[in-house]
Amino acid sequence: MDLERLKKISDNVWEIPKSGDMLVNGRIFGSEELILGMDDKVYEQTSNVACLPGIQKFAAVMPDAHWGYGFPIGGVAAFDPEDGGVVSVGGVGFDVNCGVRSLTTNLTVNDVKPKLSTLVDTLFDMVPAGLGSRGEIALAGGKIYDVLTDGAPWIVEQGYGTKEDLTFIEEGGVIAGADPDNVSETAIKREKRQVGTLGSGNHYLEVQYVDQIYNQFIAEKFGLSMNQIIISFHCGSRALGHQIGTDYLKILAGASRKYNLPIRERELVCAPIYSPEGEKYFSAVNCATNYAFANRQVIAHLARKGVNKVFPDADVKTLYDVGHNTCKVERHKLNGKTKTLYVHRKGATRAFGKERSELPGSYKGAGQPVLIGGSMGTASYILAGLEEEEGAFASVCHGAGRVMSRTKAKKLWQGEGIVKELGARGIIIKTHSMRGVAEEAPGSYKPIEKVVDVIDATGLAAKVVRVRPLGCIKG
Amino acid sequence: MAASFDYFEHVADIGVIGIGDTLAEAFVGGAQGLFNVMVDIDQVDGTRCIDITCSAFDIQELYIEWLNTLLSEADINGMAFCRFTIDQLTENTLHGHAFGETIDAIKHHIKTEVKGATYSMLSIEKVNDNFVVKCVVDV
Repeated sequence: MDLERLKKISDNVWEIPKSGDMLVNGRIFGSEELILGMDDKVYEQTSNVACLPGIQKFAAVMPDAHWGYGFPIGGVAAFDPEDGGVVSVGGVGFDVNCGVRSLTTNLTVNDVKPKLSTLVDTLFDMVPAGLGSRGEIALAGGKIYDVLTDGAPWIVEQGYGTKEDLTFIEEGGVIAGADPDNVSETAIKREKRQVGTLGSGNHYLEVQYVDQIYNQFIAEKFGLSMNQIIISFHCGSRALGHQIGTDYLKILAGASRKYNLPIRERELVCAPIYSPEGEKYFSAVNCATNYAFANRQVIAHLARKGVNKVFPDADVKTLYDVGHNTCKVERHKLNGKTKTLYVHRKGATRAFGKERSELPGSYKGAGQPVLIGGSMGTASYILAGLEEEEGAFASVCHGAGRVMSRTKAKKLWQGEGIVKELGARGIIIKTHSMRGVAEEAPGSYKPIEKVVDVIDATGLAAKVVRVRPLGCIKG
Repeated sequence: MAASFDYFEHVADIGVIGIGDTLAEAFVGGAQGLFNVMVDIDQVDGTRCIDITCSAFDIQELYIEWLNTLLSEADINGMAFCRFTIDQLTENTLHGHAFGETIDAIKHHIKTEVKGATYSMLSIEKVNDNFVVKCVVDV
């Protein structure tokens, strides 16, 4: 992206000045280097989002942003229902409530290294992954609906995981206002055998260890220490969320015509929050959000079982679970007034500050854990939300962000070569698709440390620890 | 020429191109390209047939609907598709068939799951004597 088109606010904060039909400015969080690497489509898509009715303050863009569907990936926008605000399919995406769960253990690198290969093999066998994989829970009869309305707590009632896990999931693992009547029969059919599956693409499960502590006080609050083994995984609402996105693209295209909304790109289709179409879409999104929480709860249970198979005395606890493709009702301060807004985060992670009542008791005074997954073979980061009022509705980045197409990555690398190279560095890769590994080669992503440093420097969130992978399972 | 497919570059996902003498053939080519992202379609036997019916607001929406219906039918039936036919195609409606078999990770050399066909870079054009349809699929 051309920096000449932007107004510099500070070293890591830039503005797309309001022009034409834009109702607010665009605001890009990024260093010169990262912004220069962003495609021009990010500028265009941010400007388009800024035209949507009821948008508040600015259309925000995170440092890992790239060209998306309607919204840029890494886009954040908040809408006021009292100001004609909308809900948009592009602002949530196809993989509704895709997110990351991290589990802490009482194991260290030294404990795990001698049995690392057994541990990774066990986790690979236990956690279904890859195209066409099926979960061990078959959702027959009314259970199909229970998981949509009752999310992770319902899964725990079925014997998958502990009540303590729920304390450390965003929203306690269930969101109200989820009515399965707003989910199509096709979507329901597709969800039946997928709860507890990882999927493919950029989804993964990693065995990691803490290799750097930046903030000792918060690390202790989060229960993190040097060389500690962490299990993290990235996945979402699987085909259910994809089908809801697909179904509502059509329905909201009709609504956009009906309400004469200014849509500059087809995937920005939306509906007023206070309209039958908007209410139905938001309710369907809530169903998929609950399904994703449930999906990650089953995987957490399977991962815990896997760790305990190899290390029977290991204590595996949920550190946190947070989504990054979401639309949620939240309270935010704007010009000194607290407003209830519909916050869309498309490839952006919620990062509530330490004063928020929504945080689990033990994290009050520390901030919300923010889980930022790296590309395969590189570091991931755990941050704590700071939530400055000047920030982006308590949001930060969600990953490193791609810089190279999958086609180009496959031309440059072979899956087998990547597995061998990472193996030489002590990282075990297990996969259902070698071609998938080539597409996800570490070199096809931005350097994650540069992305996270921008977040830290702007005060959106504070770095707490860095973790490095020892083993990675890809779908 | 028969239906064929190709790909174009996209930073995060994959651009699929369907080509044919007729629009229906181009739609078929796009479907082949879509499934070839997920499996080696040459390794799939078309022993089972699924009936496909779609409707949409316009021809562009219809193409996306066709691809997304194929994805959902493959998923619901636990299948990989390799061959497609379209016997009726209007501006707003489509009827056709998808042929394939139960998905087999080893036999079909599974690759990357596609979440959905999107409107990004969507185009339907006549180039010389061919129909060419393009869109990005989200993986």
